[in-house]
Amino acid sequence: MKILLVFTSLVAAACSEQLFVGDQVLRITASNEEQIALLRALDEQTELQVDFWRHPTSPLRVPFPSLQAVQTLLESNGISYSVMIEDLQKLLDEEKKAMAKSRRTERSTSTFDFASYHTMDEIYDWMDTLVADHPNLVSKLQIGQSYENRSLYVLKFSTGGSNRSGIWLDTGIHSREWITQATGAWTANKIAEEYGQDPSVTAILDSMDIFLEIIANPDGFAYTHSSNRMWRKTRSINAGSHCVGVDPNRNWDAGFGGSGSSSNPCSETYRGPYAHSEREVKAIVDFILGHGNVKSVISIHSYSQMLLYPYGYKTAPAPDHQELNEVAKKAVSDLAVVYGTKYTYGSIVDTIYLADGTTIDWTYNNGVKYSFTFELRDTGCYGFILPSTQIIPTATETWAAVLDIMVHVLEHPY
Amino acid sequence: DIDGVGHKYHLELVLEDVLDKDSTVNCTAEILYHLGNKNIAPDVQFTIEGELKNTDEADNIFYNRIKSLEKELVAENIPDNHGNISPEMEPVRLLAWVASGYVIWQNSTENTKFQLAQIKHVKQVKRSDEYLEFDFMILLHEMVSQEIIPWQMTVLWHPQHGVQVTR
Repeated sequence: MKILLVFTSLVAAACSEQLFVGDQVLRITASNEEQIALLRALDEQTELQVDFWRHPTSPLRVPFPSLQAVQTLLESNGISYSVMIEDLQKLLDEEKKAMAKSRRTERSTSTFDFASYHTMDEIYDWMDTLVADHPNLVSKLQIGQSYENRSLYVLKFSTGGSNRSGIWLDTGIHSREWITQATGAWTANKIAEEYGQDPSVTAILDSMDIFLEIIANPDGFAYTHSSNRMWRKTRSINAGSHCVGVDPNRNWDAGFGGSGSSSNPCSETYRGPYAHSEREVKAIVDFILGHGNVKSVISIHSYSQMLLYPYGYKTAPAPDHQELNEVAKKAVSDLAVVYGTKYTYGSIVDTIYLADGTTIDWTYNNGVKYSFTFELRDTGCYGFILPSTQIIPTATETWAAVLDIMVHVLEHPY
Repeated sequence: DIDGVGHKYHLELVLEDVLDKDSTVNCTAEILYHLGNKNIAPDVQFTIEGELKNTDEADNIFYNRIKSLEKELVAENIPDNHGNISPEMEPVRLLAWVASGYVIWQNSTENTKFQLAQIKHVKQVKRSDEYLEFDFMILLHEMVSQEIIPWQMTVLWHPQHGVQVTR
């Protein structure tokens, strides 16, 4: 790791075209004050141009022309050294080649590989290029920080106006549902591409704003990459328990604390110590309440192939259930047209299971009529570990349904 | 609802070949979930209308390939975290899937919905007879509780004698 740190500074230098052909990097072991003083003096001998990477002892870069002089100096003073790097330029060339290879396909939004799963850093980097490529349409907001202090970023798609009605989408609130973050990235790109091209997208963005939080649970997402691919919850520490994390889709203040969630911190559906205890959840709550004009929330999960609307915490039908049902019916039908993928739809409690403290139950109870949850592919064959070959087909078919919902929201202002 | 016994469900379903989506077969089934004691697997009676596809050729190819391996098969993470499976491992995954079906049946109640989430580890066990034996460590996903449950199972298989889960 130390070597890597050293290399980055050298690569920067290499990019400004300083070459290190034949230069060697030596590791010096100074064994007394006298020797350290000698090395300091060596540093001051500017004609030798030695470059101490960590004053005043090793590692030490010695330019090729000065090699013999420096070696003689060290040997005659009994300072032991070893050659860490025999030819610095050779090493730098190899490193540059390797880095270029891995960056080659990701240097702009048009070459970000949507058909593979990415790390958080890769997605965040790509988000910045999306904003840079569409400066008049896309901006990046930070709505808060996760438990482990990672930024919670939201992409805002807007053609202007002042506090226009908004549509909110989130993906990745359950970190192991990798198809959702991947779909979120693809969808963000799609929205940016289609403004000015597709009549529906253009109409929507000409009077409304779209907000898209691609990584709603960054701590969990990082954990699925580093440690446990099957991690679902946040990574908050639970007082008095060795178990970590709260289910961010049981932590909302809607029917909080019922039998559709668990009071056990070790459970995958642990509701948390109180509603909105999770920073990841609170950030969205604050954003939506602060915005005051969000007309639709679409929260995306996997798997089961379902399109759901409130409620999850009670069996009583939502006041708007008839309209929501019609919207879901059309969306699911248009989704099926793309690749034949069959979705079921209905209220959460009727279609999947009793679940309290869910995102869309809270948003619905707080004035967001068009609140929907997707459960993307598949139905259990691969489950959470959906092959990356299915990312683009899944995102494409989901887009048909999401667009239906957004068009309905546009055409039914309230 | 059968008083004092449990809950019986009549099902009409369509079986679809995982490897050939156009190949389907109708099926009717009766499931009886026993009252009270959750340690008894539900009773299952079923009738298949028609015939299941013959898989002898693929079975024998897989069987012979494993039999001819120099060292016992060992593998991890099938599929890998990105959902990839090498073609050689595909039959191993299918075998695990079938075997996990048995495990799931034995542990199902009206309030559970299990799926095989991933094979964490598989190790072939040497045998002197004609059967193939594999030790699996699998992860089951239970939908209602959302829990991931690790499970160890030992699976015997032979092309003509089918699958047996011995542990």
